[in-house]
Amino acid sequence: MRMLRLAYANLKEHFLSTILSVMLLGIGVGMVSFIVTVSEQLNNRFNRDIRGIDMVVGAKGSPLQLILSAVYQIDNPTGNIPLAEVNKLKRHPLIKYSIPLSYGDSYQGFRIVGTDSLYLTHYQAAFAEGELWKHSMDVVIGSSVAEKLNLKLGAHFHGNHGFDKEGHAHEESHYNVVGILMPTGTVADRLILTSTESVWDIHNHEESKLEHYHQSEQETGEITALLVKFKSPMGIMQIPRMVNEKTSMQAALPAIEINRLYSLMGVGFTTLQIIGMVIMCIAALSVFISLLNSLKERKYELALMRSLGASPFKLFGLIIQESLLLCLAGYTLGIILGRVGIMLLSSLGEDQFQFSVSQSGIADIELWLLPLTLCIGLVAALIPAIRAYRSDISSILRNE
Amino acid sequence: MLSTSALTFSYPNGTPFVFPNLNVASNQAVLVLGNSGKGKTTLLHLLAGLMDPTGGTIELDGTALATLKGSARDRFRGKNIGLVFQQSQFIRSISVLENLRLARSLAGLSKDDAFAERLLSELGISERKNAKPNELSIGERQRAAIARALVTKPKIVLADEPTSALDDENCEAVAALFERTVTGHGAALVIVTHDQRLKNRFKKSVSL
Repeated sequence: MRMLRLAYANLKEHFLSTILSVMLLGIGVGMVSFIVTVSEQLNNRFNRDIRGIDMVVGAKGSPLQLILSAVYQIDNPTGNIPLAEVNKLKRHPLIKYSIPLSYGDSYQGFRIVGTDSLYLTHYQAAFAEGELWKHSMDVVIGSSVAEKLNLKLGAHFHGNHGFDKEGHAHEESHYNVVGILMPTGTVADRLILTSTESVWDIHNHEESKLEHYHQSEQETGEITALLVKFKSPMGIMQIPRMVNEKTSMQAALPAIEINRLYSLMGVGFTTLQIIGMVIMCIAALSVFISLLNSLKERKYELALMRSLGASPFKLFGLIIQESLLLCLAGYTLGIILGRVGIMLLSSLGEDQFQFSVSQSGIADIELWLLPLTLCIGLVAALIPAIRAYRSDISSILRNE
Repeated sequence: MLSTSALTFSYPNGTPFVFPNLNVASNQAVLVLGNSGKGKTTLLHLLAGLMDPTGGTIELDGTALATLKGSARDRFRGKNIGLVFQQSQFIRSISVLENLRLARSLAGLSKDDAFAERLLSELGISERKNAKPNELSIGERQRAAIARALVTKPKIVLADEPTSALDDENCEAVAALFERTVTGHGAALVIVTHDQRLKNRFKKSVSL
């Protein structure tokens, strides 16, 4: 205990170099824990939303954009597809089920998606309150939507055209909240769901005032995308190619597109992780140099301690303890920095990408970084500690 | 308490030192006088067990130093020998009182702040106990060094040129304090010095 207090006093005595080492360690640890946590949560969320969707069919364009807009609801749609072609595709024997999606409107930044009840089944979304839509303009809202906008059962609102909060309002569109979903941890939490007919009603109201449009819709209507689940892997072999070659639509495979996205983002993540590691190595070097420097200054002190009865091993331990204290402080700072970073990203990401990173409890990476940081401390202190252990006290004291 | 016989030491490529035999009893103070290059510090380090002699034996309180090795000797030194150096060395990052505490702890002794503070007040620096060593004057530092040497209740105190950095007035005061305090606590005292001013104070002296 006395040695630990002495180690602490010594670190305080060399305040500036202590601060430098702690800062470097903190930034390194913070960066690594931040990157790992964010990429892990991003992976988790992407994988959760994609589960069970084998193929997405939409208008021709960028397949990645199609996946991002239809599955994750974070990009603009590639366009619309004719219902006639969709209905033909739906009857394919290799398709287990398919979910239609029509979107393009939003309310307060949350997207309004027209679909059918299969969407809820797919994301295992249960009702917290209320029930499924029965009429056109009835909506079921996800848990985040209900919480953020403080919408209750029976509330009314007007949707906006487009995805901007400031988009022009559909004055005629008068939605009624008939159901609120339990949290699912998926994209469904952040959506306002309604029937496909509601979306048609609004736009047809505006674009054409035709009577009896419902009948013609079956032939001329459009939806934005179709999520498809195959009966067997055979589907993946045949259907996407068929769609891409023989129809005006495009088929994209989420698994492939997301892997491509990962490999794009992965480069960034890996780079940042390497930078974090490099900073940690520089921190180790800084700890090493500051220990070695203070050792030169303190060789009389160490010899004095020996003359007072301390064994060489005790001096070895003192240096090691100083280094471990430094690293512990750096680790603590790093965890704080990492968490602050995640909080900042989370508040930023929620507004811009509807993506929030939550952190509860202690993440695995934080647990892993502790022994890693302490190892850095041990390695950096080893040579200075051995020097302290080996110092020839008689010759040091004689040269005072 | 302390006796040496036929003590010799030679540095590699150096002329060998041959030291006169020393016999010091408890409560007794012995002055070892010698000019530079006569091996004063070498003798002191041999007596403290910081180095091994080339020949001869050192016995302290019935224990031959040569029989103690490694950390056993460090422990023995911590418990039985108090050291005062020419320029008093302290751990700079902690206060005077904490330096005294550390000395006891490194010697494997339990904490005894009452005794430490009594020593400091006997030496007239009790109001400086919470100061860092660098904040003390040379005279104060030398007194603090005496307090640290005594805080472990050693059987013998070895001092290397304790007065050479002091002016005449302080030299006299420190020497008197030294003798009185050390022998007053029942320890033997060996001072090695070239300081001729001390010659008159100490009855027993040996020349190198």
